[in-house]
Amino acid sequence: MTSATSDEQLSVPGPGATAPGAGGADVAVRSRRRSLGRALAPVAAMAPFSIYSFLGLGVPILAVIYYAFQSEQGKPTLSNITLVTHGSYLLGFENSIVLALITSIVPGILGLILAYAIATSRSNLLKRLVATASGVLANFGGINLTFMFIATLGSTGILTAWLSAIHLNPWNFGFNLYSFYGVVLVYLYFQVPLMVLVITPALGGLRPSWREAAENMGASSWRYWRHVGIPVLMPSVLGGMLLLFGSGFAAYATAETLTAGTVTLAPIQIGSLLAGNQLAGQENVGYAVGLGMFVVLALTMILYGLVRRRASKWLR
Amino acid sequence: MAALIPDVVEDALVTVEPPARRRWPRLRVWRAVVLFIAGAYFLIPIYAGLRFSFENDAGHLSLYAVRAIPSEPGFSAAFWLSMRLAVVTLALTLVLMVPTSVYVHLKFPRLRRLLDFVTILPIVIPPIVLILGVLRAAPLWLRASPYLLSLVYVILSMPFVYRSLDAGLSAIDLKTLVEASRSLGGNWFNTLWRVVVPNLRSALLSATVLTLALVLGEFTMASLDLWTTLPVWIYQFQQVDAHVSTAVSMVSLVGTWLLITLIVSLDRSQSRRARRRTNNS
Repeated sequence: MTSATSDEQLSVPGPGATAPGAGGADVAVRSRRRSLGRALAPVAAMAPFSIYSFLGLGVPILAVIYYAFQSEQGKPTLSNITLVTHGSYLLGFENSIVLALITSIVPGILGLILAYAIATSRSNLLKRLVATASGVLANFGGINLTFMFIATLGSTGILTAWLSAIHLNPWNFGFNLYSFYGVVLVYLYFQVPLMVLVITPALGGLRPSWREAAENMGASSWRYWRHVGIPVLMPSVLGGMLLLFGSGFAAYATAETLTAGTVTLAPIQIGSLLAGNQLAGQENVGYAVGLGMFVVLALTMILYGLVRRRASKWLR
Repeated sequence: MAALIPDVVEDALVTVEPPARRRWPRLRVWRAVVLFIAGAYFLIPIYAGLRFSFENDAGHLSLYAVRAIPSEPGFSAAFWLSMRLAVVTLALTLVLMVPTSVYVHLKFPRLRRLLDFVTILPIVIPPIVLILGVLRAAPLWLRASPYLLSLVYVILSMPFVYRSLDAGLSAIDLKTLVEASRSLGGNWFNTLWRVVVPNLRSALLSATVLTLALVLGEFTMASLDLWTTLPVWIYQFQQVDAHVSTAVSMVSLVGTWLLITLIVSLDRSQSRRARRRTNNS
């Protein structure tokens, strides 16, 4: 019996062991070689995924960090970092952060309203239609979206024509699709569906009985939202907005194709540097911009963790 | 007597119109407004894109742009490059992710948190930064091949694929299925291929659709790796003929949408049939 126990211990490798007793009853005595094989099996099974993600994620990230601190001659230096935290590169970061903030807060709220309107509807057809459409539209960035918006709100677009027929041509009021706010408008097109996708499951957790209970106790619609709805949804809404922030901050294809790279945003600067538009002696600046983007995203994650902890405390 | 009182109260409550119905008309107006605005915002650009695809330079309705697509220079090369990348990416992703997720679910549930973490990273890390690192770190022979993109797309698709597999695996009684198959003498490969995979059909379908949509629409990495995939070709070709470019992009949009609808409805009808079969037997 003692030998079986020790055998069992041998065959349970590391922290990820199965639940106690899960495989203990089937075979009482095992040969030592077989238990060694069992100990190695999880390593072998996890190896392809681990190696692949290390090579595909870990190595490129390490390369970006490493080259951010390297001069062209291969010596360690801080000059890339200094360059990136000043002047036009700093402006790129500022613009990117503002863009990401606008395109996470506005679509976050709009997406929540839209998801609520659909979640409380009784039409299953509508729900299914919107679920499919959101799935498609949320992945809908880049070139297709650019063309659609040029055809809509470009200087000869359809909506422009409709609006100018009633003397409201937006281009006459200072609107420019190929500018920062044009990019914001276009980003809404995939950010709102993304929010709908993320927040719909959370809305399912908002039980109708809570609303009925609140109403039975005489709460107005506003008080219900203030004291029940918003606190319950807050962590999910913040989580969704964080996702939107990341996607707005990182998006490259849409901004690049819409403005032909004329808007000063951090991802566009990386693209332009990678395409060879760089001054001599500044070949590694792109890596420093990439590192800066990591830092911004990491700070966002930390902030989100703090807010979320606070929100869940408030919930209790 | 005491037991009667709740019944009386309940009767009284039932005759009162429930509050939900009183609120109904106001909610309906509000919802109609929201849906109308959302519908306009999402549908007008699609209409505009379609209309632009079916127009010639003079602004008249014409099919010339759609007809011209296959014969435009570079189109078929870009199209087939995208297709090859999609197939390779899909095969690699499934071979990598299916056994790993099954194994973790079965033997190491605690590793699920680690897997959750690793597979969320590609969402957090901007693709543009990832390709920056990849282009510097990859060996030269790999950088010379378009399939480097496939290797990176596998990483990009991991979040979606793992999440659908994870949901699919949580929904079935994996342990019982595997133990049944093993006790009937199935080896691991047979168990995976003939027992687990068929039960994961809808999860695999959604993983496939998401991966295909991702690969066929990816622009950032392909353009910076200097390979003319379909989206890159569309972007470049707008200099030549914007109508044709828009037509290709709209066709690929509608095509993806149809594909997704088809696969989802196929899956639904199949699972309905399966349910009917179990009910009859």
